[in-house]
Amino acid sequence: MIVHEDVICSFCGCLCDDLTVEVEDNQVKRVKHSCRLGASKLMGHDRIKTPMIRQNGELTEVSYQEAYDKAAEILLRAKHPLLYGWASTVCEAQKKGILLAEEVGGILDSTATVCHGPSVIGIEEKGLAGATLGQVKNRADLLVFWGCNPAEAHPRHTLRYSSNVCGKFTSEGRKCKKVIVVDVRETRTSKNADKFIRLKPGSDYEVISALRMILSGKAEILPDEIGGVSKAELISLVELLKSAKFGALFFGLGVTHSRGRYKNIDNALSLIAELNAQTKFIIQPMRGHYNVAGIGQVAAWETGFPMAIDFSRGMPYFNPGETAACDVLARQDTDAALVIAADPASNFPRSVVEYLAKIPVIQIDPHENPTTFLADVVIPSAVAGIEAEGTAYRMDGMSLRVKKIVESSYPSDEEVVHNIIASVRRLRSNVIVEGGT
Amino acid sequence: MIIRGGIIYDPTNGIFGEEMDLCIEKGRVVEDAKGEEIDARGLLVMPGGVDAHSHIAGGKVNTGRIMRPDDSRSGVEPRTRVCRPSTGYTVPNCYAIGYRYAKLGYTTAFEAATPIISARHTHEELEEIPIVDKGALTLFGNNWQVMESVRDKDIAKLSAFIAWGLRAARGYGVKIVNPGGGEAWGFGSNVKGIHDTVPNFDITPADIIRGLAQANEMLRLPHSIHLHFNNLGKPGNYATAIETLELLKDIKPSRMRQVVHVAHMQFSAYGGTSWRDFESKAPAIADYMNQNSHATMDMGQLLFGSATTMTADAPLEYSNARLTHNKWSNLDLELEEASGVVPMIYFRKALVNAIQWAIGLELALLTKDSWKVLMTTDHPNGSPFVNYPEVISLLMSKPKRDAEMATLHEQVSKRTVLANVDRELDWGDITVMTRAAPARVLGLEDKGHLGIGADADIAIYDLKPEDVDPSMDYQLVKKAMATTKYTIKSGLIVAKQGEILAVPEGRTYWVDASVPKADMDRLMIDLNEKFEKYYSIRLSNYMVQDAYIPNPAVIKAGLELESGSLVKEVA
Amino acid sequence: MTAHYLASDNLFKRKDVVVITKAIMISGRTLAQGAGCESKMTQEYFQAVSICSFSEADYKSLVQAEEKNVLIRSRFGQAVLSARMDSGLPEGIIFIPMGPWANVLVGPDTGGCGMPQYKGVEVEVEATASKVLDIRALFSDIGRIEA
Repeated sequence: MIVHEDVICSFCGCLCDDLTVEVEDNQVKRVKHSCRLGASKLMGHDRIKTPMIRQNGELTEVSYQEAYDKAAEILLRAKHPLLYGWASTVCEAQKKGILLAEEVGGILDSTATVCHGPSVIGIEEKGLAGATLGQVKNRADLLVFWGCNPAEAHPRHTLRYSSNVCGKFTSEGRKCKKVIVVDVRETRTSKNADKFIRLKPGSDYEVISALRMILSGKAEILPDEIGGVSKAELISLVELLKSAKFGALFFGLGVTHSRGRYKNIDNALSLIAELNAQTKFIIQPMRGHYNVAGIGQVAAWETGFPMAIDFSRGMPYFNPGETAACDVLARQDTDAALVIAADPASNFPRSVVEYLAKIPVIQIDPHENPTTFLADVVIPSAVAGIEAEGTAYRMDGMSLRVKKIVESSYPSDEEVVHNIIASVRRLRSNVIVEGGT
Repeated sequence: MIIRGGIIYDPTNGIFGEEMDLCIEKGRVVEDAKGEEIDARGLLVMPGGVDAHSHIAGGKVNTGRIMRPDDSRSGVEPRTRVCRPSTGYTVPNCYAIGYRYAKLGYTTAFEAATPIISARHTHEELEEIPIVDKGALTLFGNNWQVMESVRDKDIAKLSAFIAWGLRAARGYGVKIVNPGGGEAWGFGSNVKGIHDTVPNFDITPADIIRGLAQANEMLRLPHSIHLHFNNLGKPGNYATAIETLELLKDIKPSRMRQVVHVAHMQFSAYGGTSWRDFESKAPAIADYMNQNSHATMDMGQLLFGSATTMTADAPLEYSNARLTHNKWSNLDLELEEASGVVPMIYFRKALVNAIQWAIGLELALLTKDSWKVLMTTDHPNGSPFVNYPEVISLLMSKPKRDAEMATLHEQVSKRTVLANVDRELDWGDITVMTRAAPARVLGLEDKGHLGIGADADIAIYDLKPEDVDPSMDYQLVKKAMATTKYTIKSGLIVAKQGEILAVPEGRTYWVDASVPKADMDRLMIDLNEKFEKYYSIRLSNYMVQDAYIPNPAVIKAGLELESGSLVKEVA
Repeated sequence: MTAHYLASDNLFKRKDVVVITKAIMISGRTLAQGAGCESKMTQEYFQAVSICSFSEADYKSLVQAEEKNVLIRSRFGQAVLSARMDSGLPEGIIFIPMGPWANVLVGPDTGGCGMPQYKGVEVEVEATASKVLDIRALFSDIGRIEA
């Protein structure tokens, strides 16, 4: 048996790097220190066994090379392919994906588009005052969880980084911290809170605006109730925020998925910037997939833009709302899709999925999921962080190198995309040669 | 390869405008060579440019890209046969950085500020920057371990930490930014001067600076400490600048170089008590530089137009955001640093901006010895590096400066002395400030000159020094400096008349300093405790792995080396 | 939930009188949904995600003893889900774990920012004797039939 220490969990954006994993006969036998989500991932699930191409309606086993060639053929034949996903894989694969999108003149978008895409747009408007999770651990005496539920989505966040951990200036742990939860419903996270504020759904923007008005001394012109919360309660909340030595606000899909979307984030970022005139305050999105932050980083340094990048003009063009995955599918402005490390069939609105079902789909994934039902080419790959190494960015932007702890016969996502690029180049040069003769 | 008949400027080797042939083989300058010939008859030939202070890679730069799609949308250029697409102006994508440096004739660029904890990210971006050789300076000025060792007056342990930190970050040298201020920013405050107490650590910025300078020399690092002063960007801060430089006067350099390099001096040469009575103190700074020889500086020239300010001086960025009401990003980094990013537009018609513009030029023109002044814009804080030709033409032409001054607020000629400065730099000065001096300041022995054995990094400009009077023909100078006729990197033609022809991968320099095992053992006791209790990352996952430095150029330093022996390995 | 009215026959294809209630649907992550999201073909994932939670009062008023399932419809589609009670939910708000069942109810409009509105969807709810479609059945009408 081999015991691997300090294994990095490749499930959520917490990227916990203190797992112990016991491997025997090249199989993970036991996982220590992880949460249920991480353990589930590391222990593994049923896998897609071989590459497949759909023939007469049935997915039929083929060789990897046949699958790469078929994928390349689909991408080359398409006028405006969509290359979507990229969040649950490593940066090395993402880099190749951007190159592939350039070569086939496609659109590259990530799952951030249905996650924290609006947060990114909010940052474009206002910037973001943040801190690493260790800074929060060592200093924060006030934590606000707004529209997020780490107890279920990021189970070790509170224990490792935020409300329930001891640090240099927070040596008493939970006892020396105040925890505020703002949500439309009580959650497992709100049970740990000192104060729970319930909003009406879709009223985040109004409530944040009210807080900003109170902060700037304009409370008297507010109505008595905003978004289901009394003015008095909001005034006392502002006092609490101001009393922090180091406040940290974490927000989730409760804010990005609701009415107002990126405007909610824009407003929240402004609130935090303004709070810094009174005390120290930071804000961070709770990123979901373990490397969804990474695709934003990689895309930004390679193309200048963090998501929703259209290469059909030979150079990057970015306009979320026009070039984001759901938009191009809803508009029927794409004629083939490569899906990697994502499951849009499950996670996109149904009417969008219905169009996805009408165009050729290439799927690269370790596991079968509803996107497989729509796929014409299925290419199974290794699970990064278990069977392949590579870089991932934590929700706070810190990068770590996830490890390979078991051997696998599956190619890594990086190899798969690399080989599709090779097929694209070979097929394209064949076409050019044929055209010339 | 042989470059025929160029007018060579190679100040390191005492060559100022001589017609000579240059022979190149296996990426180096040699006595004799065969093969391809480049006709450079009468043309200006210099070593490849070396940028010793530029924000080109890492978290701050990428934050700038993400928060500024407006900037990324400018400067968009499509794929070519050899090039990936380019985007951006003040915050270009990685590819554009490499291509644009190469077109300017620059072949080396150093990222100016990398926290150890985010160095992996910096190297991911450096790896994607094509053509140029690069390195990254490592931030030490607000690090808990540094401050504790300084407090304990344990310079041996501090040296061990620097050696460890440079290895962990694969860093090149010791960068210090607003020492103590980043720690104070952890609870939203700042330090106000070098003798202010750093909260919770019972030391002062002066202690940190002196301690790090002593350790830097104990380790005989190729580069000196590289310092961003306290109070940077504030009226009246020239006093802090001189007070800080005085602090370092008695420290002996361990190599033939400065004891301290001052980053972007323009931002620290301010007089006045507020923005209202703001004025230039560049003459006082230049006087100091003329009378002392322990310091070098880079200009940090500001140019009118768009910039993106980014620095580990997080309180400064917060002030910038408050002042301009612009968007603001901040990132505090546990136990180590803080940082911020704010977009900025410098206005010709804004008196403060116009004075700042003049200060950078005054510093370069009033400091007599060009070897003490590197030409930079603190990219992209003062302006993006693509505007270096504008700076060069300003430095070389009094008529150009006068023409510019005529468009500025009348107070500029009262609050600066620039109108009265007649000095015009020549090609020798420019070669020193953009090549020879940055290489010497960084300690890059094979860069910045064209002697036998030097790296064959060469810029050939479409300008005949014998036919052009830079004072009068400043437009010609600016145009010629913007696009080389040829840029040669390690003996390969990478750019020709503005077209990128080849995109080799550059090397990444880092410094591997050795220290006595006993000191390292003592240090690791401290570090183990910090990783157990305070870091959010495990020690075993923290260090930058070999995978991120595919083309390393390792410079050895440290305590166990004989003085002066410098081992260089290029993998 | 307040709006109770008689459903017309052609809307719900049932002859009897049913209680239709209006509600706001939010979808989101749960532990079980997260643990199952890489094994979506399993019964565990089906049980974790094809469910809808109601406040105590709503649950009691809506869900009869013999019918534990609910039909939920929005402007965009309808789905049958297994009903649960969640005392943390206020009246009038229902919660469905993120996944393909919830997304049947979500519209494609991104408001010009790329993001559909996954939370705050106006829906109508009624108890039903119909079965919850399993994951294959859910996609049977849009899956691939030929290459």
